[in-house]
Amino acid sequence: MNSSVIIFPGSNCDRDMDVALKKFGFKNKMIWHDDTKLPKSDLVVLPGGFSYGDYLRCGSMASKSKIIKSVIDFAKSGGLLMGICNGFQILTETELLPGVLLRNKFSEFICKDVFVKINNTENKYFKKINKQTLKLHIAHNEGNYFCTNNQMKEIEDNNQIALFYCDKKGEIKDEHNPNGSSKNIAGIFNKEKNILGMMPHPERMIDAYLSGEDGSLFFQNLIKNLK
Amino acid sequence: MKISVVVTLKKAVLDPQGTTIMKALKGMNFNNVNDVRQGKYFEIEIDEKDQKKAEDQVSQMCDKLLANLVIEDYKIIGSQ
Repeated sequence: MNSSVIIFPGSNCDRDMDVALKKFGFKNKMIWHDDTKLPKSDLVVLPGGFSYGDYLRCGSMASKSKIIKSVIDFAKSGGLLMGICNGFQILTETELLPGVLLRNKFSEFICKDVFVKINNTENKYFKKINKQTLKLHIAHNEGNYFCTNNQMKEIEDNNQIALFYCDKKGEIKDEHNPNGSSKNIAGIFNKEKNILGMMPHPERMIDAYLSGEDGSLFFQNLIKNLK
Repeated sequence: MKISVVVTLKKAVLDPQGTTIMKALKGMNFNNVNDVRQGKYFEIEIDEKDQKKAEDQVSQMCDKLLANLVIEDYKIIGSQ
């Protein structure tokens, strides 16, 4: 399986993602934002970080970079496109995903482990995954998911919510919402479910010694679904 | 021409930065402050002598990049 990770000026989770993808069997290539062509890929990843220093709005400048046209074409033809953290912000700024990620409700940069509940397994990302609640890491200042009422209706009608913030047991309550996100949303899909944006970092949970293994579970399952 | 434009958060959108600034102002004894909303201000110098054309172009810039219309509104406040 071939994957591509796009590097923007200010990306800082690109190499972690590269390590994670390779660990679980992807042949990964790193693609510079100023390139115009994507290599043949089964998965394209927009990594976390602070692309363009988060100037103007998080992800807004990256959403206009040269490579993005190819990324949009790839996704619109059904390719799997995943945005993590800043990558999620870029996906909303390109309008490939609805809504926007606002500044965290309590004005804090949040860096901690959280639990997220998988809401929809009818897609390549989570199909047949053998755990419903994952322990993953978040690190962001703008992760407060917001959309218009019409957009929310559409998201719910099309079952586009991928992940909810929850507790260890998978209960979705206000007190487990770290950043003020509407409905505890931690990640969403597009209508077709080939595009996934999420704030948590699965690539930071791929080592039992350092962190945890729920990220390993995610990547192992993903590559199995792609084969 | 130089076009000035202000981008502000829509009323329904939470503005934690504005709230924090308001709290700081109250801490400085500006007790009659009821609300603060933070926005962005741009001055765009553009090679265009026709005011209408320049403003139209800046509107397009706002629609495409300077504002995110899901959460923000913009207003051209000056042309000179």
